[in-house]
Amino acid sequence: MAAASAVLQSEWTKIRTVSSTVWTLASALLVTVAMSAALCALFKSTFDDLSEVEQATFDPTFASFSGMILGQLAMVVFGVLVVGTEYSSGMIRTSLAAVPQRATFLFSKIAVAGVLALVVGLATSFLSFFLGQALLGEHRTTLGADNVLRAVVGGGLYMGLIAIFSMGVATMLRSSMLSLGILVPFFFLISQILSAVPKAKEVAKYFPDQAGSKIMQVVPDAMGQEKAPYGPWGGLGIMLIWVAASLLGGYLVLKKRDA
Amino acid sequence: MIELEGLTKRFGTKTAVDHLSFRVRPGVVTGFLGPNGAGKSTTMRMMLDLDNPTSGTVRIDGKHYRDLAEPLKYIGALLDAKAMHGGRSAYNNLLCLAQSNRIPEARVGEVLDLVGLTPVAKKKSKGFSLGMGQRLGIASALLGDPEILMFDEPVNGLDPEGIHWIRNLMKALAAEGRTIFVSSHLMSEMALTADHLIVIGQGKLLADTSMADFIQQNSRSFVRLRSPQQERLRDVLHGNGFIVVEAGNGTLEVDGATTEKLGELAAENGVVLHELSAQRASLEEAFMQMTAGAVEYHAHGTDVHGAQAPGPRWGPPPGSDSDPHAPTSEGA
Repeated sequence: MAAASAVLQSEWTKIRTVSSTVWTLASALLVTVAMSAALCALFKSTFDDLSEVEQATFDPTFASFSGMILGQLAMVVFGVLVVGTEYSSGMIRTSLAAVPQRATFLFSKIAVAGVLALVVGLATSFLSFFLGQALLGEHRTTLGADNVLRAVVGGGLYMGLIAIFSMGVATMLRSSMLSLGILVPFFFLISQILSAVPKAKEVAKYFPDQAGSKIMQVVPDAMGQEKAPYGPWGGLGIMLIWVAASLLGGYLVLKKRDA
Repeated sequence: MIELEGLTKRFGTKTAVDHLSFRVRPGVVTGFLGPNGAGKSTTMRMMLDLDNPTSGTVRIDGKHYRDLAEPLKYIGALLDAKAMHGGRSAYNNLLCLAQSNRIPEARVGEVLDLVGLTPVAKKKSKGFSLGMGQRLGIASALLGDPEILMFDEPVNGLDPEGIHWIRNLMKALAAEGRTIFVSSHLMSEMALTADHLIVIGQGKLLADTSMADFIQQNSRSFVRLRSPQQERLRDVLHGNGFIVVEAGNGTLEVDGATTEKLGELAAENGVVLHELSAQRASLEEAFMQMTAGAVEYHAHGTDVHGAQAPGPRWGPPPGSDSDPHAPTSEGA
């Protein structure tokens, strides 16, 4: 069997020698931090216009992650491109000729890219949190408050898991364009719209992004949101099931189909 | 040594590779010849375990490809030139491959030098011409200094100097005792490089023979005669038991005779000869005859001799001096 350490090193070289890695991860961080900061500043200036219920349940931690809805799309792009460019360039045949053990190849790639996405995700969530709290002024919270550290670390985990989920989907679909064409509208539109439609939202609660994002909330029913039938860790668990399913599907496709 | 046993690949109802069994031996260049769509590339992809065979096996030095720990050290392959990430430099593309098989980084510089790409080592490979891409692919095949090398249509896109270079490279590698397996759809190219030939058509094995035997058996040799006394010449030849074929324009063709014998015969009988020459049908013709029934894509409407089996329309016509190495795309 090919030595896993050698394959990990090779995958690290692959990821650091293409420019898409830098621009997708930098966009994820910058878009999230900038948009969260802007929205926090907006919350502060319009706080008095919020209804009493909204003021009472205001979640300063979650507010400082409001840019993630856009920033996560860059994470999706990163995850899709890590796998998809192997197929679009034809590199997959060269890669598999060098490392014919499908599991070693795929899981080394996902381990390297996944760890990188988690690191960038954590940096993003901490930066977003601190900058957001600074801009919220008197409405801010601190890292030491109940559940806040869990939410901030959770925000980083969420960003990383979104990327890993996308890697699994791209391995199943074997195409960057197809994967982006499905994942971007799904996370940006479909999931958001369905979560506001009666009946449909009962299902949408179990979507990976809806369930996973609960980990970032300190106040579970903040801003008039409905309570979920699972807690923050339960939500993350649901997201992990989605991630595991996409990786398993990707592995089976890679194993069964001709490269 | 590569061994194929009953290798079969079906795509739906279409059989691309049909019970192929042969061995590729070390120390010689083995040519893998077949018209476009004959199943050459599919066979090579199955050899590298990229495509799953419907049935049958491929063994590399007795092992399945997937069981090779660091396969680049056993077998290097050039499949398609553009199978690299265009956004990565030539050097980094090779570095990724080297690292995955624990090949020292210094080897990357060596193979780039060997294929003449050192000046563009740091350039992104998407800017490469087809010929440069081909050289990069050859560099990746040589990376692990493997005992077995496989090249799918390596001369495609190379300029005459590049073609000359790759031919000599393959011969030199074989002379070092390595196993060289090279595919082509051009007989003329194979005649110059291969010592052994494996011919397939529609996925079936048509020939597995040494190049010398193939030439011996397949290129018909005959003597061409032209004479102002054609009737008399014909009678003399008939009288001596030769079978004479009229070839038009007043020429006669005789199989299984030497020019010496026929010249002496003409002199004894006082027949004037305007031409007496030994002829050999081209290998390209022999190859076309062999694969005529097994050609995937016929050109229609160009064959005026409809009565005969339609000949495949690839490569230059026999005797043509046109470039036989024009890039030709290979069907999957």
